[in-house]
Amino acid sequence: MSTLHTVNKSPFDRSTMASCLAHLKAGDAVLIIEDGVVGARKGTAFAATVTAAIGNAEVFVLGPDLAARGMGEDDLVDGVKIVDYDGFVDLVTKHDRTQAWL
Amino acid sequence: MKLAVLVNEGPYTHQASDSAYQFTKAALEKGHEIFRVFFYHDGVNNGTRFTVPPQDDRNLQVLWSELAAKYNLDLTVCIAAAQRRGILDEGEMKRHGKDGNNIAPGFRISGLGQLIEAGIKSERLVTFGD
Amino acid sequence: MSEDMDDDVAKKFLYVNRKAPYGTIYALESLEVVLIGAAFEQDVSLAFLDDGVYQLIDGQKTTGIGMKNFSPTYKALGDYEVTKLYVEKESLEERGLTVDDLMDIVYEDEDDDWEEKPSIRLVSRAEMAEIMADQDVVLSF
Repeated sequence: MSTLHTVNKSPFDRSTMASCLAHLKAGDAVLIIEDGVVGARKGTAFAATVTAAIGNAEVFVLGPDLAARGMGEDDLVDGVKIVDYDGFVDLVTKHDRTQAWL
Repeated sequence: MKLAVLVNEGPYTHQASDSAYQFTKAALEKGHEIFRVFFYHDGVNNGTRFTVPPQDDRNLQVLWSELAAKYNLDLTVCIAAAQRRGILDEGEMKRHGKDGNNIAPGFRISGLGQLIEAGIKSERLVTFGD
Repeated sequence: MSEDMDDDVAKKFLYVNRKAPYGTIYALESLEVVLIGAAFEQDVSLAFLDDGVYQLIDGQKTTGIGMKNFSPTYKALGDYEVTKLYVEKESLEERGLTVDDLMDIVYEDEDDDWEEKPSIRLVSRAEMAEIMADQDVVLSF
C-alpha cells in the first residue's frame, strides 16, 4: 500500500512541501506540480530536503509545469524524475490513494 | 480504473482548474472512467457560462463543457458553495427569487453528498486546489 | 445517495485540515463536508496539522471581524459519530501551543455505557503519517 502525494506550492512561499516530505512513508511517491516545481531545482536552499526525501520515496515533477517556468531536466535536483499528464494519471492508478497537499 | 476529481478553485486566479482539466482529459484519453468531477469552494465558479476571457486566452468553462459533451462527463457543482458564490441553475433561480441563472452547459448543481459518493464509488480521488 | 450503492464495506475517509480558520473559507467548508459525509456511515477521521490546529483553539471570538464563529460545531461532531480528531503534537509545539489550548471536545461512547471520552487524540508526526497511509480516501482542504 502506498500513497501518491501532490504538492503545488513553492517551498519558498509556504510550508506545504516541507510538511508533505515530513509525512512520507517508504514506497510513496511525490508529484510536484504548478508553482511547486521551483522547489525541485538544484542548488536552492531547499534542495537538500528534496534529496533527503528521494532516499525514502520517488520524487517526480510535472514536465509541462517545469517548462512553463523556464526549467528543464538539467535544472533539477539529482534523482527527480519528469512525467507528463499521462504519467500523472499512471502515478494515480499505481498508488493506492492520492493525497493533495494544498 | 474509475477515478474522481475534486476542483477547489475557480478559473484563472489559480492554476488548479487548468491542472484538473489537463489531468481529466489525459485520464479519459487513456481509457479511464471519470466517475465525477466535483467543484467545491471557489471551484464552483468554473460552472458559470457568463465568463468572457480574452480571445487569445483559453476559456476554461468552454473546455470543461466540451469535455463533458464528448465523454458524457458528470460535472457537479456543490449547491451550498454555489449559493454563496452566485452560481444558479433555473431551479435555484426560481427558488431564491433571483432574476437570472448562469450555469454552463454540462454542469449540474447538486449536494455535497455527491462528493462523498464519488469518494465511495471511485477507486481514486484526485484533488486540485490552492 | 445512489440506490445502486454496492460497496457495503465502509471506506476510511480522512479529512486533512492544514489551514487556520477565517482567513480562508477552507476550514468552514471542510466542516460542512464532514457533517454531510457523516450520513454516509463511513469510517471518518479528521487530521489537524500545521496551521490547521488553530481550527480547534479555545476562545475563538469573531464578533470583531463580522464572521460567524463556527468553532462550536467541532464540539457537536460527536453527535454525528465523528469521534476521531487527530491533532499533531509537533504542529502544536512549533506554534507554541499545547493540547490545553484547544477546545474540550468529547463524545459519548455507545460501546462503553455512553461514557464521555475525549475526541481529540494527540499524535506524533510519525503517527500522523501512519494514519494518513491507512486511509481509502483523503480529502484535503
